[in-house]
Amino acid sequence: MSASTAAAIARSIREGQTTATEVVEAHLAEIERTDGDVRAFLEVLGGTALEQAKAVDAGEVTGPLAGVPIAIKDVLCMEGIATTCGSKILEGWRPPYTATAVRRLVEAGAIPIGKTNMDEFAMGSSTENSAFGPTLNPWSTGHVPGGSSGGSAAAVAAGHAPVSLGSDTGGSIRQPASLCGVVGMKPTYGRVSRYGLVAFASSLDQIGPFSHTVEDAAIVYAAMAGHDPMDSTSLPESVGDPVGAIGRGIEGIRFGVVTELAGDAIEPEVAAAFASAIEGLGAGEVSLPSFDHALSAYYLIAPAEASSNLARFDGVRYGLRIDAADTTAMMRRTREAGFGPEVKRRIMLGTYALSAGYYDAYYGQAQRVRTLVANDFGRAFEDFDILLSPTSPTTAFEIGERTADPLAMYLSDLCTIPANLAGIPAISIPAGVDSRGLPIGLQLMAPALEEERLFAAAAELETRIGFDAKPALTGGAE
Amino acid sequence: MSRFETVIGIEVHVELSTNTKMFCGCSNRFGAPPNTNTCPVCLGLPGSLPVVNEQAVRDAMKIGIALNCEVARSCLFHRKNYFYPDMPKDFQISQYDEPICFGGYLDVEGGRVGITRAHMEEDTGKSTHIGEGGRIHDATHSLIDYNRAGVPLIEIVSEPDITGPAHARAYATELRNVLRSLSVSDVKMEEGSMRCDANISLREPGGEFGTKVEIKNMNSLRSLQKALEYEEARQAELLESGKSVTQETRHWNEADGETHSMRSKEEAFDYRYFPEPDLVPQAPPLSLIEEIRSSMPELPASRRARLAEDWALTDQQIFTLTSVDGLLDLVSDAVERGTDPVTATNWATGDVLAKLKTDGVDADQSGLNGHKLADLCELVANGTLSTKLAKQVLITVMETGKGPGEVVEEEGLAQVSDESELAAIAEKIVNDNPGEAERYRAGEEKLLGFFVGQAMKATRGKGNPQALNELFRSKLSE
Amino acid sequence: MAITPDDVRHVAKLARLDFDEAEVARFAKDLGDILEHASKIAELDLADVEPTAHPIKLENVWRPDELRPSLTPEQALANAPAAEEQKFRVPRILEVEEVGE
Repeated sequence: MSASTAAAIARSIREGQTTATEVVEAHLAEIERTDGDVRAFLEVLGGTALEQAKAVDAGEVTGPLAGVPIAIKDVLCMEGIATTCGSKILEGWRPPYTATAVRRLVEAGAIPIGKTNMDEFAMGSSTENSAFGPTLNPWSTGHVPGGSSGGSAAAVAAGHAPVSLGSDTGGSIRQPASLCGVVGMKPTYGRVSRYGLVAFASSLDQIGPFSHTVEDAAIVYAAMAGHDPMDSTSLPESVGDPVGAIGRGIEGIRFGVVTELAGDAIEPEVAAAFASAIEGLGAGEVSLPSFDHALSAYYLIAPAEASSNLARFDGVRYGLRIDAADTTAMMRRTREAGFGPEVKRRIMLGTYALSAGYYDAYYGQAQRVRTLVANDFGRAFEDFDILLSPTSPTTAFEIGERTADPLAMYLSDLCTIPANLAGIPAISIPAGVDSRGLPIGLQLMAPALEEERLFAAAAELETRIGFDAKPALTGGAE
Repeated sequence: MSRFETVIGIEVHVELSTNTKMFCGCSNRFGAPPNTNTCPVCLGLPGSLPVVNEQAVRDAMKIGIALNCEVARSCLFHRKNYFYPDMPKDFQISQYDEPICFGGYLDVEGGRVGITRAHMEEDTGKSTHIGEGGRIHDATHSLIDYNRAGVPLIEIVSEPDITGPAHARAYATELRNVLRSLSVSDVKMEEGSMRCDANISLREPGGEFGTKVEIKNMNSLRSLQKALEYEEARQAELLESGKSVTQETRHWNEADGETHSMRSKEEAFDYRYFPEPDLVPQAPPLSLIEEIRSSMPELPASRRARLAEDWALTDQQIFTLTSVDGLLDLVSDAVERGTDPVTATNWATGDVLAKLKTDGVDADQSGLNGHKLADLCELVANGTLSTKLAKQVLITVMETGKGPGEVVEEEGLAQVSDESELAAIAEKIVNDNPGEAERYRAGEEKLLGFFVGQAMKATRGKGNPQALNELFRSKLSE
Repeated sequence: MAITPDDVRHVAKLARLDFDEAEVARFAKDLGDILEHASKIAELDLADVEPTAHPIKLENVWRPDELRPSLTPEQALANAPAAEEQKFRVPRILEVEEVGE
């Protein structure tokens, strides 16, 4: 099953070679067989998935993704289905509405097959911050899958679903894609509606796909992108034809390597694989000095917005409540019991960065750095059409390796953060494996709204690289 | 009168009477059953996003223009962060350093008051405190209804230009008149659609500003004035006796006519304002500002000038006519039907208003309308009713909604103007009171009233007093 | 950047968190380390640079003043930890209290 792409599955259902029910059953069986090894899912939606498959087989649902199973990061609301964001504070919450992105995919025929594990409220780079235990990397279960969308990356890598959805605030799609040897894409900020995506950092969050191929990423992206009146930051511009862009090739495309994202912080094996992957592209070099400050700016802006976004988890209207004699005490106890240490750390950091006397030095200054990063990208895109870097400075690290050192963990996002700060689209594709057999990712970045160019270039590199390694999961755990 | 100068600034919150809430499509209707006008957005459910109501932006600009403010060419929404259970997101979307309207003024009796700003924000839900007395501090628990959460509010902040409680009341009254004329709000203080908070401090004439105290919880214009009078006296007494005023918030208690200190559990508020990342900047195009400017209704000040000119009314009459709901409409309708404006106004501001106050109803809830008022005035003008009888008829009209003619007929109230009938009565009275007749003839002319009074008694008030005056005068000089 | 235990307690109160002493100590260290790193940008001279709150340039995104369906009160209250009389129930609110003279 794991070799099948969404495009191939949809085609064979359309052409009558298989049925949606058979496809869903096969994926449910694969989840049953090996998810004990990986723990990608928080909830498997077997019942509703089979019902939707029947509707596809009855011809009631058509569309480009008809019958294609999709795994959904548990940060996206689905009506009546538990949505936890990997947090105890939301345990048992069943939203009364569905996220626009999920609704559009379902309308295109996709079948949500389960909700995937994640770092609590998408805060983390390893999926170890989930209140429900970590997800393990299908390539080596002693290693992390990356994060925060580790469950969605692992589900695709393990063959549990051909495609999945994640959210990317500082690299939360691209970094786990890199660590799990799959494709992961973050659209231009505003391309995919955030309505129904539980917010981490509102000005940075974007929903995007995981897949085995660039074409599948384009298909899923195309099905959910486009203006949504429920999101004030949703872009009105036409999405164009991202799927049609696959196969256009790279003729005339000028590639540039960002020197700040290719320096000493990059592990030698990653650097070597990166160099080999871009060989023959005639890539130039470009220095974007503000990127040295991007990580610091990100770790002020994202926690500041998060501290406000996560205020609503107070035990009054939904989710966990730890009772107390008065409401203030109830709120404090609820939040103390409901949030994990990393979420508390970021709430504290963000609250501090916004508090009286510190706003200008921290939050205000970070917003100015954000301007510099966007300006640097603007200059670079005058000379280059696509910018390149490794996706992650390292391959997958061991479970527990970085949990004691927040700063080391934050460095995982070094290469992915600039695209979030500037709101531009970026994609990670597999570029090889290291000596331990762990995947290495290559990141491509394009100017805002240039998803077609991004997909065209990524598809060409995908062909040239010819990545065909696969994880081997034996199954049988738990 | 103390030797101090009083300095008052007023913050007014006005609920707009739009169809829907500020950031979602839920109904903005007062008095619906609890939690029926709620949705994911105004309940602050995870993943929901705000979208600005265009009508609220237009109303905000309309208010700003009416208050002689500048309309910002660009402004922002900010988040004001603090925890409170009736605020679903635990932050309020408000405006901070970039309000939509700023730098205006309002001319009121007692002097011009500067308007610092008028900005947009959202209302909170409503808590009911359960337990003895229903007061917050002896409640056992509280119940929250979020129908009001997200209702559009305009906060109008005055400069500290107000010189005393009466001036404060004049300002709030005129502001209410202006808002009413714009048809943007119900401006009912008792229902909370207009709420006034006041800052008051005392100082040596011309000296430095004193310590200010914020007073809240005034639910009528009268209590605004009374609360300020109380607070003015309290502060003067403190200062006279060499004590100092504490900076604090005090609640007006209507029942005991005093203000009471509210101690805050948080030692300091730190709202951690930052730009609302889920909303984009507001930059009303000039064409829209001009469109609103050119479609402004007549404002109370210009209407008053017109009334003084066209109808020759006194300032006091104009003030009353334009301050009480529906009174001006009543008079205008009567004048349109040919009634003399001064006569109609005298009725409206006299007996009509007194009766409305007694019954505690608005003009449009009484049985009287402009048509009936015109008829009543006509019955007086043509001698059918004496003024005294007309007052009696008015009461019945207002209570029953019947036409004045109908009332006169039903109750047989038409005055007796028939010469021969009145002559016979006068004859008898003169004959019955020879002593008084003698004294009148000797020059004691004020006794004419005595004879007319006797005649009125004999006709049970229905005798035409003018006719009787004439009759007695000629009879007694025979 | 030194963050004191009192700083941590103050911020925790603002953020409605409730730390024990061990947590206070740990967060003082963690925040100090992270802010040490972040303070590099606090030192940059960026007075001439406009802040970016948003990566995209949109403005005046408005919706018409038209009713959309609300939730039913059952839906609105379905996830409430406690409810009474079709309202959300919370313990007594002590945020402010009236005090005698």
